[in-house]
Amino acid sequence: MQLEQIRGLVLQHARLPVASDTVTFDSDLYAAGLTSLTTVHLMLALEDAFGVEFPDRLLSRKTFDSVQSISEAIDEMKASG
Amino acid sequence: MSPELLAQLHDIGRTRVAPFAAEVDAGARFPHEAFAALKEARLLSCYVPVEYGGMGLNVIEVARIGEVLGGYCGSTAMVFAMHQIQVACIVHHALGSENFQAIAREIVERQLVLASATTELGIGGDVRTSSCALVVEGERYRIEKKAPVISYAEHADAILVTARRAPDAGPNDQVHIFVRVANAQLTPLSTWDTLGFRGTCSLGFTLLAEGPVADVLPAPYAEIHAKSMHGFSHGTWAALWLGIAADAVAKARAFVRAEARKTPGTLPPSAMRLAEVDAMLFTMRGGVEATLAEYQRRLDLYPNQPFPQDYAFTLRVNNLKVTTSQLIVDVVSRALLICGIQGYRNDSKHSLGRHLRDAYGAALMVNNDRILLQSSTIQIVAREG
Ligand SMILES: Cc1cc2nc3c(=O)[nH]c(=O)nc-3n(C[C@H](O)[C@H](O)[C@H](O)COP(=O)(O)OP(=O)(O)OC[C@H]3O[C@@H](n4cnc5c(N)ncnc54)[C@H](O)[C@@H]3O)c2cc1C
Repeated sequence: MQLEQIRGLVLQHARLPVASDTVTFDSDLYAAGLTSLTTVHLMLALEDAFGVEFPDRLLSRKTFDSVQSISEAIDEMKASG
Repeated sequence: MSPELLAQLHDIGRTRVAPFAAEVDAGARFPHEAFAALKEARLLSCYVPVEYGGMGLNVIEVARIGEVLGGYCGSTAMVFAMHQIQVACIVHHALGSENFQAIAREIVERQLVLASATTELGIGGDVRTSSCALVVEGERYRIEKKAPVISYAEHADAILVTARRAPDAGPNDQVHIFVRVANAQLTPLSTWDTLGFRGTCSLGFTLLAEGPVADVLPAPYAEIHAKSMHGFSHGTWAALWLGIAADAVAKARAFVRAEARKTPGTLPPSAMRLAEVDAMLFTMRGGVEATLAEYQRRLDLYPNQPFPQDYAFTLRVNNLKVTTSQLIVDVVSRALLICGIQGYRNDSKHSLGRHLRDAYGAALMVNNDRILLQSSTIQIVAREG
């Protein structure tokens, strides 16, 4: 459920130059064309959708590696309040 | 600075400084909570050399601490910087004396707070001139000074006071005296209800004190001013102004980020203003870091002797003061424009009122016009490089 929602936001905001059906929960988003600039737009959309704020610590390449890793980061932010 | 110390500072800032900043500002009261924490962390003696029990940090590191504190509470950072300037005067100019070696150890053991009384009624900001004079009788001195502004005097253990060497000495023939507040009588001349830096509690006093002659710093104040007061003050002040300005930009950034969330895919126009103000902050930082690095190099070059005359360096220190004290106002004002009404409100998390009010103090603590007047004379003979 959360994974699907994140995948939707990725497709909508990350402006990936690949066919949408090639993006799975485990796809390497950077290999699919995510850049440091498009990450910002994606982050803002995620913050809005989930009511969270990414701390500096989570603003790393690792966080945005895949839909799966984004989901884990969101769980972590929700858990820490 | 070590990453551990930096992390510890931010921890102190978040838990012991920031939560009281608004209250300190509103009540124009001393930041007791912050100073309790700084004492616990032994940071009041961070500039005292290791051999006397201090941390032996250099001026770049001390200034960086002030910068970090400035991001949490401008008054706390200002008191911290003013205290360290006094410590530096002792460390650079007085450790040849056994009495001051003991005082250095005392600063460490008791985490003494040191204040400063250079300005004098009727003389304004010209700190290289005094009208009051030291009176020596045997092994004791006596001094009476009307000081329009002595920051945190009522919360200090000692005050470093400038005065003419003797009743028959010229106005520029000054000494620097370590006056213990316990030996002094402070009669208030004025209150401290100001626009900003309200927590510095900088009331005016008539200071009447006596003590042992050994508490007069062994070097003439002319030397102390040239090597320590001038560079150390402007370097550490500029750094903490940078910290205040950087916090204003951080607030603006948080505001823009919240705005940007509402319009996915397109950035709000304020994002460009943010990029613009960050470039100004970059300029400010460049000046601070370059000047502090040059100052530290000079301190390393002349560890136990006075600074030789160097007009170009004096000008750069003056330029640092004049530019950063203007940039802080400019940067905070631009951050305010970005945050809009949320920055203008006193009850919002983006509130910038205190930052802006503090910022205006920077140009006045040693008036920029006075500094420019001095610089304009030096300009005529200075040579770059
Ligand atoms: C937050 C804060 C804390 C401070 N803490 C302390 C402290 O702890 N101890 C301390 O000693 N001081 C302290 N000061 C500094 C002190 O308050 C002022 O710098 C000092 O009192 C000068 O006051 P002034 O602005 O009236 O004087 P001036 O510097 O004399 O300036 C007044 C006017 O005179 C003009 N002027 C410029 N050059 C000259 C000149 N050559 N001759 C005549 N007039 C000139 C200026 O342009 C200005 O218009 C502090 C200041 C601030 C803001």
